[in-house]
Amino acid sequence: MFKKILIANRGEIAVRVIRACHEMGIAAVAVYSEVDRAALHVRKADEAYPIGAPAASESYLNIQKLLDVAARSGADAIHPGYGFLSENAKFARACVEAGVKFIGPTAAAMDAMGSKTRARQAMERAGVPFVPGTSRGLESFEQAQEVAARIGYPVMLKAAAGGGGKGMRLVHASDDLKSSLEGARSEAERSFGDREVYIEKAIINPRHIEMQVLADEQGNIVYLGERECSLQRRHQKVMEEAPSPIVDAEMRRTMGEVAVRVAQAAGYTNAGTVEFLVDQQKNFFFLEMNTRLQVEHPVTELTTGLDLVHLQIRIAAGERLPFTQNEVKIRGHAIECRIYAEDPDNNYFPSPGKITLLLAPSGPGIRRDSGMYEGWTVPMDYDPLLAKLIGYGTDRDQAIGRLRRALNEYFVGGIKTNISLFRRILTDPDFRAAKMDTGFLDRLLQQKGSEALSDPKATEVAVIAAGIFATLGPAAAGTGERAVTGDAANSNQGAVSNWKIAAHKEATR
Amino acid sequence: MTYDIIIDGKSYRLDLSRAEGRWSCRLDGREVEVDAVLARPDVLSLRIGNQAYEVKCERVAGDMHLWVGSARFAADVRDPRSLRGRIRALDDHGPKKLSAPMPGKIVRVLVRPGDEVEAGAGVVVVEAMKMQNEIKSPKKGTIQKILVAEGAAVNAGDVLAIVE
Repeated sequence: MFKKILIANRGEIAVRVIRACHEMGIAAVAVYSEVDRAALHVRKADEAYPIGAPAASESYLNIQKLLDVAARSGADAIHPGYGFLSENAKFARACVEAGVKFIGPTAAAMDAMGSKTRARQAMERAGVPFVPGTSRGLESFEQAQEVAARIGYPVMLKAAAGGGGKGMRLVHASDDLKSSLEGARSEAERSFGDREVYIEKAIINPRHIEMQVLADEQGNIVYLGERECSLQRRHQKVMEEAPSPIVDAEMRRTMGEVAVRVAQAAGYTNAGTVEFLVDQQKNFFFLEMNTRLQVEHPVTELTTGLDLVHLQIRIAAGERLPFTQNEVKIRGHAIECRIYAEDPDNNYFPSPGKITLLLAPSGPGIRRDSGMYEGWTVPMDYDPLLAKLIGYGTDRDQAIGRLRRALNEYFVGGIKTNISLFRRILTDPDFRAAKMDTGFLDRLLQQKGSEALSDPKATEVAVIAAGIFATLGPAAAGTGERAVTGDAANSNQGAVSNWKIAAHKEATR
Repeated sequence: MTYDIIIDGKSYRLDLSRAEGRWSCRLDGREVEVDAVLARPDVLSLRIGNQAYEVKCERVAGDMHLWVGSARFAADVRDPRSLRGRIRALDDHGPKKLSAPMPGKIVRVLVRPGDEVEAGAGVVVVEAMKMQNEIKSPKKGTIQKILVAEGAAVNAGDVLAIVE
């Protein structure tokens, strides 16, 4: 087993991995950029090394600096977390060359998954279902007509070089195909300098469901059940749950076996996730494989009783999977809320700043993986994920009830968060009935939500409380919002807060 | 104290007074039995009659939000006797300040002083946490002043520009 692990990440996931290290008797090495000296992961680690400027390219993405810290600290393995370098084959290769174990798949497996066309060929040989269509560019309108008729309308035209919705056209009927194809081609030409367009069956209101796999280095692969991740905004997941309300034991087995074949085809090792799009008839299609630990891994941990980070470390240390597929049992239901520093009044735009007050929930069935603390200034340089709140229960209703209860207890002052959004989701009748797809959240946010209209009693309470806070004046306020710009530690902001603290002491004496 | 408290476009008249640690409260003329304990700064334990509530106060850049459980209410507290309260109760005439809703970095200034802008037109682009946000003009008018330069760091509430 490893003696010391370097965690090449920050925020809640770095804290999560440090905790696993300590639980296993392994020393944990943190790295931090200039704005992260006071971050929680640095406080929790056994050793911590500065790696440079706030820009990720100068710090958390800088392979040479990370390997230098590994050498200086004597770490024998590196856990990449998620994001940053976690799916970077070059980094995985550099770790091998530096003689330090990368906790994750091999560079070759990442390469196999990174290239869409190569991945697709290997997957097709392994019998993995893809969205029907052409994997290569259309040669002519006649070919488009022929393929569309074969796979059935509606179809989607997509730019081969595409991304961000550019060069995409949804076509409902054959009459519109010609003009849509021309439109998609010229838009692709303008946006990417490449007019190649391919055609796929359009999946209307799909669900996003993914399957967790775990593979050891001796060739054993298991699947650990699915996660429903349909609640997304700006292609970012907001809430995930396990199991998926629409997946039964039979579908889980079929999907799980496909996911295992995907992993086998790539020569995959360690933890990975196979993502699928699921249509309204519950047909599922391979989307991509994420070659890392996922943000939402806790819902799988709670429903399987396994610790994925412990298992990642043990697999990387050369151990065999300690259980077989038959021993994996799904029990209960878990739902995760991603708590982001985002402004609900401003289209959920990121909102960093100083946390002046933090009230954190606990109690039965509640897990909180957090990277924040009261008094910490959330830097403006990174992802706005602050923490994850996970509710667990014997069934979905109990998990929802526990989450609603815990969200009432959760409060972050001084910055804006998306905590109030989850209350809306959890009380939505369609969510309660598990009727969701990837467009659910956008539709929910378009309905003008008004707390005041929905709950006149709570509005009255808010009015009275607002008046009392106004009467009590600054004495009732926390330390107040403060700067995150520049280096707050060296500015005169500190003096201001001392004044406020003194005033507060006077007022409450 | 008398306040006009506006939540979700509706104004409530609240009369509050405190004597010997007891509150007396009238909401829109109706007597309400209120008992309040400040559990810690920004956290109020409130009893209305025998109903118990924990209310949290979120303050960011001059905005006040009250959290009753996980329900969040934007509250605008005005003193009907003060000049400021009366002016704010009037409408949107005169110069309007455009302020940063969050800390970040100015990546682009889209207008120049003297430019005519429509309500909702982008004035400045602020970046935070890898996302760019266009700060829009609150009204139709002329850009009187730009107070920030590209590349500058700003705090929540900092005035970015003034629209006349």
